[in-house]
Parts: sequence; structure tokens; C-alpha cells
Amino acid sequence: MSEPVFLPAGDTALVVQFGEAVDAAVNRRVRHLAAKLRESGAKGIVDIVPTIRSLMVHYDPLETGSAALRAAISELLHHEHDEEDAYRLWTIPVCYEGRCAPDLENVAREMKLDTGEVVRRHAAEPLEVFMMGFLPGFPYLGLLPEEFDIPRLFEPRVKVPARSISVAVRQTTVYTVECPGGWHLIGQTPVEFFEPERSEPILVAAGDRIRFEPVPLREYESIRKAVEADDYKPASEEIVP
Amino acid sequence: MNGFRVIQAGFAPTLQDFGRPAFQNRGVPVSGALDPVSLRIGNALVGNDGGMAAIEFRLVGPTLEVTVESVRVALTGTRAELIVEASERVTLPSYQSVTLRRGQRLSVAPVSDSGVAYLCVEGGFDLPAVFDSLSTYGRSRIGGFHGRALKDGDELPLRLSEAEERGELRLERPAYLEETGPVRVVLGPQRDYFSEASTAAFFETEYKISREADRMGMRLEGPALEHARGYNITSDGIVTGAVQVPGNGMPIILLADHQTTGGYPKIGTVISADIPRLGRMKPGDRLSFREIDVEGAEGARREQEKAIQKLLASLTPAAAWLDEAALYRENLISGVVQDSDAL
Repeated sequence: MSEPVFLPAGDTALVVQFGEAVDAAVNRRVRHLAAKLRESGAKGIVDIVPTIRSLMVHYDPLETGSAALRAAISELLHHEHDEEDAYRLWTIPVCYEGRCAPDLENVAREMKLDTGEVVRRHAAEPLEVFMMGFLPGFPYLGLLPEEFDIPRLFEPRVKVPARSISVAVRQTTVYTVECPGGWHLIGQTPVEFFEPERSEPILVAAGDRIRFEPVPLREYESIRKAVEADDYKPASEEIVP
Repeated sequence: MNGFRVIQAGFAPTLQDFGRPAFQNRGVPVSGALDPVSLRIGNALVGNDGGMAAIEFRLVGPTLEVTVESVRVALTGTRAELIVEASERVTLPSYQSVTLRRGQRLSVAPVSDSGVAYLCVEGGFDLPAVFDSLSTYGRSRIGGFHGRALKDGDELPLRLSEAEERGELRLERPAYLEETGPVRVVLGPQRDYFSEASTAAFFETEYKISREADRMGMRLEGPALEHARGYNITSDGIVTGAVQVPGNGMPIILLADHQTTGGYPKIGTVISADIPRLGRMKPGDRLSFREIDVEGAEGARREQEKAIQKLLASLTPAAAWLDEAALYRENLISGVVQDSDAL
């Protein structure tokens, strides 16, 4: 594996870049370094943001500096190892039917599969949360099988309904609130990934894994009612490899 | 107990403090004051910690009626005046704390000299913090007053029902409002996505701030920059001040409400010492860029912090404005007017 490079992002952030493309192994190295750096307690760090192929380290230039951070991070890179980290595995119900899945037929056509097969392959394996970004609580998950390597919508939607499950470029996301978006909508979950009034407003974190569980519309609606009554928690378990 | 009744909201004012920088790893934007220096000075004038939430507004400020016993406020970020309607209408200078009483109304003359101004209040607002901050982030409806800009009729709760008994303060010379010269930029993280020629052009061009400038970002108008390697990258982190260049070649400087990650290449990053000044710029203003390295940028920030500390230590006592003291009214007001002229 290639050595990561340091890229400057002004005087309040530093980028540690492990690669340029979307790659699950690269992303694991990113998240591993994020965890190590958090543990190290290096001074002056404001936030550590793992993304798909790089890490952004936000810092306070009155407390530390780019040179000191580079040194601290280089030290951690010497001790890289390939052990898998523990993670949380979530089971998230998704309805892939009717109004919950406005783009499913188009996606199936583009993938040259029938809609049932698209759903089966989307929900087949637990997917990793590569990064959190775009909006609060918004996860980028992957990698889906190669046949999901389809481009984004030519014309983004002005309004994507909250809790939509979307796919593009071998990744999948959950739109946490109603917002504009350019990915294909193939399902909807009754679960809130971002709920400002909840004691833990944000459901998942980078490094978690999610298994999508297809549920019929009727079950989606009953779970939705339970969620609204604050009477439903999605299942999650701690996995130690 | 209450605080302020919003009589007229003005142009979408929001509550802002230093934001929530530690939750970007969960996709939560930082938000916070566009001009943290003016926020700190305003808070110092009313006796608060520097990062306490204040009302941030652009162009047209709110008209507020005091619904508590008394409240101490200060206006910063602009030389526009504070207007108080009591038994008569009085104008008072910015950069000075003022204590108002129940039933009095305050507003601000149109702010034409700055892109952003602050109304700081002693004790701050009695509202819940979200992710450790009172900053309003409207897109996800969090923070501030019910996660949104203030509207006519809102009842804005304060922590104090009465201003503390003490003298008023003022800052004689808010000279920092006159900062000029090119905005300093560190190249990267994706400088290699731009040709040498377009990197050179970036530093030689005078840009105009477009009308599409808000708390999220500032679009610039000028000759288009040329990408050397396309305009799509695998999404990576974004820091306040990042200058991203989408497909059309027009730079956008990302400000407080920027998204935490993004997929356009970033030619450079405005240094943190120049962010407050950028926050004070407004549509139609012109700006140019100058290159600086990371060490220079970190040094500039330390220098700026020293200058701010000096400003905060230079606050001086100011004459009180007492509406009910009819006997002294004329003298005091004329005194204030003279101070205002001296600014």
C-alpha cells in the first residue's frame, strides 16, 4: 500500500490522503488512523473527520501547528497494522416498494436486472459507513456490488423525501432530512438517522456497518408509527472481530 | 420572564456563537459567527464571555421591544447606529454598551458598511444548546430559536431579567473594520487539479462578490479558472475558508455553514486570520488573493489574536444613557453625539 500524503488545508486543517479512489481497504486505513489519533490525545485537535479516502484533522492554530501534527501523525503511521477494529452492526428495515422507491425500476433497467434482484443485492451484505458528511447524521455506505456502478441523476431532484435510501457509484446513502439530491431513490426506511430532539440525535458513525432488511409497505408503516410514538429502536450489536 | 419581542425581524437574523466545530465527524456543519472578532468585542462590551450567542444580521437589523425589567446590549460589526425608541427617538453609537428598560424598542440603522453585524446581550439567551452550541443551522433546523431565523412576533427569552448595575463600556476605535489588502490563501489541498496558468490567474484576478453570498458560501465573479484534471474528486473534508471551484470555473469561498465534506476540487484555503474580514464583506465588494504558506498563516493568526487581546483590554467607560433622567437628557445625548463624531 502506498504511503499517505499530507495536504495543507489552510492554517486550521490538515489532510492525510491515503488514495484518490473509492476503496474499502483505503477507507479502513483512514478510519483506523482516525481512531489512533483520537486515542493519542494530540494537543490542539478540534475534530477528526474521516472521509472515504482521506482524513481531515481540524486544529486550533493557537494551540498547535501543522508541523507538530504532521510529526504526531507520522509517528502513528509507523505503527499501522491490519487488525480489524470492533464495530457496531445495525439492522435497518427498508421498504423497497411503490412510493418508497420512485427510481427502483429505472435503476433495475440500468443494471439489467429485475427489481427483486436489485433489492436482494442491495440488502445482501452488511455495508460499511465510509464517512459521515453532507448533512448531520448522513452516512455514505459501500461498497455495493459492481453492477451498482451507475452515475448520479443527470438533473438532481430539488426535494428528496427524508429517510430515502439512495444509490449511485457503488455507494448508498440515507437522506436524513428533506433536501436536494442527485442519487437514485430505491427505498425508504421508517428509522430516523437524525432526530435533533433525541438524546443521541445522530444514529450511526463512520466505521459502523448496516444491514438493510427489506420489509413490506404495511410493516414499514407500522414501524413508522412506532418511531413517531418514540417506541422503536433499530437493532444494533457490537461486533469484535 | 421574557426578553425581547421581535417587532420586525428585518433580514433573517439568526443567533450565532462560535459554532459546533467538534461534530463535523458526524456530518454536522460548524456554523457560528461569520465575524467572530466582532462577536467577541460585542460580548466584552456587555460583560459576557467572548463566545456567547448574539443576534447576527445583515443589511436590515431587527426591531426589538424589551419585555424584561432592563437589558444591556451592544452593537458591533458596523458603524451604523443603534436607534432607541423610548419617550423619544434617540440614536446611539455602535461599539458601546447601552442599558434599555421594559417597553423600549431598539432597532439599527441600515447596515451598509459591512456584510454582517452583531447585537450582543448581557447574559445571553435562555435557549437550549444543540451539540454544545446555540448557533442556528437552518438547513437542519437546529440551534438558535427553534432552529430558524427570527420572525415577527417571536418572543426571545433572555437569561437575565435585569441588567447588572455597573457602568457602560465602549471601544473608542474599532480600527479592525478598516482592514484592507489581498485576502491571504494557502494553496491546496487540490492545487494539482489546476493548471499553473490558472493558479497564477487566481492570484492576479480581482474578483467581485456575487449576490449569491450567504452563510454557507460566497460565490465570486471573474474570469473562469481552468481545471487540469476535471472537477470531480472523491468527496473529502471541507474547512471554513476553502475555495472550491466547480465545473464552471467560478470560485466559491465556503463560510460558517459549509457542508462538512464535498466533491469539488479546492484550489486553496483562506487563512483563519482573514475569515472575520471575509465575513464582513458583502455582495458587490471586490477582493483579490495573495499566497502565503501554512507557517506564515499560523503566525498571522497568532498576531491577530494579540491584536484582539489588545482591543479587548482597551475598552473604556462610556456615558450612560438614561431615558428617565429628563433633567440630564439633553446634555447626555449631546455628549453621546460628540463621541459618535469622534469615531
